[in-house]
Amino acid sequence: MTTLAGSFTYLVTFLLMMAGFFIIIARGNLIKKLIGLGIFQSSVYLLYVGPAKIVGGTAPILAAGFTVYSNPLPHVLILTAIVVGVATLALGLALVVLIRESYGTIEEDDILKLDILPEPETEQA
Amino acid sequence: MRNDLILRVVAKLLIPFILLFAVYVQFHGDFGPGGGFQAGVIFAAGIVLHALIFGLDRTKTFLPEPWVESIMALGVLLYVGVGLAGIILGGNFLDFFVLDADSITGQHRGIFWIEIGVALTVAGVMLKIFYMFAARGPIDE
Amino acid sequence: MESLIIIALMVMMLVAVWLIIQSRNLFGVVVLSGVYSFLMATVLFALDAADVAMTEAAVGAGLSTVLLLGALYLCKSEEGKPLHRPWFPLALSVALTLTLMAGTVGLPFFSDPMAVIHQHVVPRYINDMPAEIDVPNIVTAVLASYRSFDTLGETTVVFTAGAGVIALLRRRRNGVTNAK
Repeated sequence: MTTLAGSFTYLVTFLLMMAGFFIIIARGNLIKKLIGLGIFQSSVYLLYVGPAKIVGGTAPILAAGFTVYSNPLPHVLILTAIVVGVATLALGLALVVLIRESYGTIEEDDILKLDILPEPETEQA
Repeated sequence: MRNDLILRVVAKLLIPFILLFAVYVQFHGDFGPGGGFQAGVIFAAGIVLHALIFGLDRTKTFLPEPWVESIMALGVLLYVGVGLAGIILGGNFLDFFVLDADSITGQHRGIFWIEIGVALTVAGVMLKIFYMFAARGPIDE
Repeated sequence: MESLIIIALMVMMLVAVWLIIQSRNLFGVVVLSGVYSFLMATVLFALDAADVAMTEAAVGAGLSTVLLLGALYLCKSEEGKPLHRPWFPLALSVALTLTLMAGTVGLPFFSDPMAVIHQHVVPRYINDMPAEIDVPNIVTAVLASYRSFDTLGETTVVFTAGAGVIALLRRRRNGVTNAK
């Protein structure tokens, strides 16, 4: 049962990665792309924390009566990753708000249509 | 939402406990799950709840924007200050065992202050970002 | 029993992500992303990562949802109908996933105490920590003392994100303010 749970964890990690990547490249709405990026990042959390677990052990907090602890090092790395992820999301959303105010839309195809610049008149130096 | 009785009463009951929980998570980070990041985010969430229910202007009366910006910078300064204290007292950057005669007490002291620095920065940044999003009006169509 | 709970939670996570892909109502998508974050936090807790679960719940399900709703209020839109057929992106995603799965053949089996990641540095952290730092939460000890440089970098990243948002959103549009 534990090996089934373990392989299922890896499988779910890859399915989430696939789903997040698909949302980023296939959907045109900027806010949805940011949510897809968040899903992609959270699949990596599972990828790191999964191998750290030891069945029969406990959370890495020293307590009387337990000798086997789960690996604390991936937990530390993923703590950093989660906070950096929300920082990225906040900056991305600030940019989306500015794009909305400039172009009037947050659909990628409409922005590209509005963004076509005229051909430059001056000669290349 | 200020005129909705249920929301107002529930918020008044919950917000003190949310802020108290943030302080609890901060100081019990040594003994259980918790620490600076979680405490900063929970504190910011409590203040955000207050702003959502009672209005951003009332929240800004007791937590004005210059204070939030200062808290943001103060956290990082505190962290680096603890690191520099390690250099001044004879060790390398961010050495904690030199902060006290007993090296274990020095470690506890160092961990205590840098976790407070982390919590201040995270709470300040999350609050400031919320303030900026909430204060910017939507453009008229 | 624990494995069954983990499997059930992960199936619910996949259902939530499927609904996020399909739905075009952005408000529903934001709420579903909050649901997904909560399920991820529960799965992380079932995998014995208590600190990570608390952070994911507070950050992913709490603050991310508030920021997304704030941006959604300012942007006021629904997602438009997709203009292109999704076959090429789907093929690209599947190809990427199959490549990654081929690369994970050498990953350790789930919960193998002899795996490489449990050797080298981690036994030193767990065994020497009571004598050197004496803080029961090993994750806090590693985060704050053994790896405090990384935490300094992370705090600086958070500060930079705040400074970046201030720089981007500082100027208020003339004449338009939030009525509340």
